[in-house]
Amino acid sequence: MGNWILSILSDPNTRWILLGCLLLGFSSGIIGSFTFLRRQSLMGDTLAHAALPGICIAFMLTETKSVGLFLFGALVAGIIATFGISWITRYSRIKQDAAMGIVLTVFFGIGVVMLTRIQHGASGSQSGLDKYLFGQAASMVMTDVYVMGGVCLVLLIACLVWFKEFKLVSFDPGFARGMGLPVAMLEQLILLLTVIAVVAGIQAVGVVLVAALLVTPAAAARCWTDSLALMVVLAGIFGALSGATGTIFSTFVPNLPTGPVTVLAATILFAGSALLAPRRGLLARRLRSMQAKSAYLREERATLQTLSAQGTQQERGEL
Amino acid sequence: MATFWIILTAVLVSSACAILGCFLILRRMALVGDAISHAVLPGIAIAFLWSGSRDSLWMLLGATIFGLLTVFFIQSLQAGGLSSDASIGIVFTALFAVGVILISLNAQHIDLDLDCVLFGEIAYVQWDTLTLGGTDVGPRAVWMLGITLLVILVVIGLFYKQFKLCAFDPALAAACGIPVVLFHYLLMGLVSMTSVASFESVGSILVVGMLIVPAATAYLLTDRLGRMILYSVLVGAASSVGGYMMAYAMDASIAGCMVAVAGILFVLALLLSPKHGIILRYARRKFATR
Repeated sequence: MGNWILSILSDPNTRWILLGCLLLGFSSGIIGSFTFLRRQSLMGDTLAHAALPGICIAFMLTETKSVGLFLFGALVAGIIATFGISWITRYSRIKQDAAMGIVLTVFFGIGVVMLTRIQHGASGSQSGLDKYLFGQAASMVMTDVYVMGGVCLVLLIACLVWFKEFKLVSFDPGFARGMGLPVAMLEQLILLLTVIAVVAGIQAVGVVLVAALLVTPAAAARCWTDSLALMVVLAGIFGALSGATGTIFSTFVPNLPTGPVTVLAATILFAGSALLAPRRGLLARRLRSMQAKSAYLREERATLQTLSAQGTQQERGEL
Repeated sequence: MATFWIILTAVLVSSACAILGCFLILRRMALVGDAISHAVLPGIAIAFLWSGSRDSLWMLLGATIFGLLTVFFIQSLQAGGLSSDASIGIVFTALFAVGVILISLNAQHIDLDLDCVLFGEIAYVQWDTLTLGGTDVGPRAVWMLGITLLVILVVIGLFYKQFKLCAFDPALAAACGIPVVLFHYLLMGLVSMTSVASFESVGSILVVGMLIVPAATAYLLTDRLGRMILYSVLVGAASSVGGYMMAYAMDASIAGCMVAVAGILFVLALLLSPKHGIILRYARRKFATR
């Protein structure tokens, strides 16, 4: 087992992929905790889909396949999408979930139109663009890992610097506003950080699955603790663990894509947490309710006994 | 003739989706449709591996089962205290991951293209025809979607009152003795069935887009459920026709263009709707303060 892992790690290519997936899982776990608490877990899915037209426009304008440019285009599209969502929910009777759905599908539809335009266009080859749909962790190279490391660092620093503010905004935006915090700006900042994490994740795990890296580790971490700081750290660790598991398994089995395995690893971590966590876990709750029930029954029986004893005494007294 | 079949297919998809979408929007479950249409992927893959053919019936069955499973998992997580958005996110990504893994591990054996499942290729609809008793009776997709639409019309038509009450006030519906959970699963079953019937021919973007966008547009235009469904179907049909023309002019993805046109119609409604539109509301406020 140890030998086998060592042999994987000796391949420099795999080492980079492993490091990249680890960093990716870690950073999305951290920022995912905040979106999870703000009940915006599906924002990741929405933004990942919405990034597609940005990537296509970046390619159409420059006709080069550079990761940095794609990321920039995706970032811009993602930011526009977040503004679109808040605009629709603020100025109409459409609720947030529908607004997210509208932005998701319309942006993605436009993206697909552009993708086919590129395909039919003179510049021809769009290969490399479609990997953004399903992700290709295996094609990660050193520069991608540097980008991932940078993203991770930015997210980490931002979350450390504004931890208190993010905490307040996540739990009680009304109170935060009362304290004079720029709530709208902080909310937009959290969304911006989410966009950054999503965009970094797209090329590794693809458009649909990037959402999982934001939600699932955070939900798993939530099972274990009530403290935000601990939850953020745990979510980061769960994310990193899933990334590592995904990479290792997919190098072991041929044809196994890294992204989906990473997601499944995160799901298993979540299922385990939901089942086994000491206070909020399913088993612990079942046990508690059983204890409460038996305690209640015992009490009931005792009361009934004293009542019936009193009753017989009264009957005797009357006689 | 090709144009006719493509537009007919698109109109069938958009009508089926538009009707169901209205109920999803009202119940604040817009993204459940998105989740289902992604989560049926393993159902399709398993049906494919098991039956070894592209027989639509098996795929329809497999996908509908997985659609209902998705809803069941989401429901159980929510019952366990997780917020609805997180439950949706966890469940559908996990199932989609299973689907992608199944397809990539068996890529040699299946000719099920991932791109094709997501985008579909509505332009090929006309070549995949159904022959009944030796005569060519038109594209298979049209028949399948037509039957799906018919099922939806019959079910919604029969239980319109119950669906309406469940959409607006589930608590009252439960108090009236309507089996709310049953109707919830019935609605979700219809969504799964539609998403898979459309999947093969038009891909999942068109399904998700048509589930959400026309219904949201209609929601801005009226306060009555009956009218909302009608408007939603009209917007869906208009997007289908407009999208086809746009795709023809631009030489681009037909499904993508249809969703894009639906988006344009939504923005128009958002700005210009007589009662809920931004411009008129702004004007009314100006007028009132003067």
